Amino acid sequence: MRIVQQLMNIILATLLAGHASLASAILTIEITQGVDGGLPVAIVPFGGAGKDHPPQDVAAVVEADLARSGRFTPLDKKIFVSRPTDDKQVVFKDWRIVKAEALVIGSVKPAAQGRWQVEFRLYDIYKEKQLAGYSYVVGGDRLRAVAHQISDLIYEKLTGEQGVFSTRIAYITRESVGKRFNYKLQIADSDGYNPVTVLSSAEPLISPAWSPDGTRIAYVSWEQRRPILYMQNVVNGARSRIAEFNGINSAPAWSPDGTKLALTLSRDGNTEIYVMRLSDSSLTRLTSNPAADTEPAWSPDGRNIIFTSDRSGKPQIYRMRPDGSDVERVTFEGEYNARASYSADGSMLTLVSGAQGRYHAALLHLQSSVLQVLTDTPLDESPSFAPNGRMILYATERGGRGVLASVSSDGRVRQLLKLQEGDVREPAWSPFNRSTTNNQGATP
Amino acid sequence: MKNKVLLTLLGIAALALTACGGAESTKPGVDDKSVGADAAGTGSGTDVGGKALDAKADLLAKRRVYFAFDSSAVDGENRAIVEAHAAYLAANKNVKVVLEGHADERGTREYNLALGERRAQAVERMVKALGLTADRIKTVSYGEEKPVAMDHNEGAWALNRRVEIIY
Repeated sequence: MRIVQQLMNIILATLLAGHASLASAILTIEITQGVDGGLPVAIVPFGGAGKDHPPQDVAAVVEADLARSGRFTPLDKKIFVSRPTDDKQVVFKDWRIVKAEALVIGSVKPAAQGRWQVEFRLYDIYKEKQLAGYSYVVGGDRLRAVAHQISDLIYEKLTGEQGVFSTRIAYITRESVGKRFNYKLQIADSDGYNPVTVLSSAEPLISPAWSPDGTRIAYVSWEQRRPILYMQNVVNGARSRIAEFNGINSAPAWSPDGTKLALTLSRDGNTEIYVMRLSDSSLTRLTSNPAADTEPAWSPDGRNIIFTSDRSGKPQIYRMRPDGSDVERVTFEGEYNARASYSADGSMLTLVSGAQGRYHAALLHLQSSVLQVLTDTPLDESPSFAPNGRMILYATERGGRGVLASVSSDGRVRQLLKLQEGDVREPAWSPFNRSTTNNQGATP
Repeated sequence: MKNKVLLTLLGIAALALTACGGAESTKPGVDDKSVGADAAGTGSGTDVGGKALDAKADLLAKRRVYFAFDSSAVDGENRAIVEAHAAYLAANKNVKVVLEGHADERGTREYNLALGERRAQAVERMVKALGLTADRIKTVSYGEEKPVAMDHNEGAWALNRRVEIIY
């Protein structure tokens, strides 16, 4: 029976995915606040082989990635003195003239079996030295993925931090269908491209949460007319029910080692936080309070769970050990603080902070207890950190519609991600792409 | 043999689609329910004469009770509405009721899910106190996921903070 159920799920997910990919709307990114003073980088249009045009302009994708991060300022190509496409053509003086500090060159050439050979090199202009150089051979459909990997390499070489261009985002869309709505759980590249629908439903979906290895997503679905917790493999679409007790089954949060799930259940009458060991589905109850306790999130070291509770009257953030002991209140500033999650280094929380009926994405610096409100929009929800902690992605409302927005953790760079039609909400940034090395080419 | 497997797969797929279609064709819209509720109210209003019955029918025609922001307290006329439904259900023992809790869009979705649950439970406690047994009551929270009013203002939010009494 279970096998049949799983088979049905797979077929259903496949059908839905196939159906959806025909008409999947793409999230478009609009930079609403840029920044001066990024590192000036010259990105030369990549060379190629005459009339064979690759299906993607790799250099343009790299340029958009770097510009979006806010840490680089790609230079205007009109001022370039030369346009090298391979190592031999690089004249460092040409780039000092235009005040570039780094130079990116490359080429995309046809390879065997309809594939493409991509080469790129990154140079430090003042040290007159190559910082990175790679060669890849991929199919046309992987050229964007290669571009994002190139962006990640450039970002890492120039900032010393890991880039997030190869990561993905999961989110929920809601579209009108006649008088009703259709909900989809989608996954797209971090720049909104290549959206794939992993679930489509006539009933609401919320709270997608990536497993630490990026292969599964836990989420809440009302498809059975009540909130039930599911887990779905995003590679093959197979899914299973994790919790379907009476009442609420919700707010999934993976332990950093991926072996446990913190979740919210009301099966014992009140909304409480539990931990489920995934190997045998055993449950441990962590909270016991007549207030609502929900929205658990693990610290990166796995030693704490933060959560939202209104035990003081209004929702505030609390912290406890993963066995439910040592509960202490974390937020004191602001009348409403909820849905907190940790940055990868454990030093900050991003959360929704509300006062006078306005709810903003905010940062709480744990060491200093300083609460930094990041936005002036009144209906922000579901903030989460990029895996490198440099950006916060959240849902908000613009022109009466649900959109996603991102803000750099220093508040300087802002972007909107929106659909042509309908609402987008509940963003969740994937962990770093661990399969990056599969695609890595050789140093030329 | 291959065909058989394919047919079976198609059959399962069709089943899955039917299940899916079934879910889609079921009336989900709170809008639909309110239309139903309104129609029923007008009907009983013309059927029964007398002012006292009219007043009660008016209360029974109301299938939603409303709440203050971040509150699950059932106040004033809302209390009278719940009591009228409880009295009707006490007299009609084969009828089961679903109490659907909802919240407005402000604040976080998961906290609002808990708030919707708390509202549904508040109404559940009332109807239990008025004699309904647990096996006839189901509560479900939708949090902020199913607003009846789509605007982003206090007027819409007041309509969305509600429990729907469905039977």
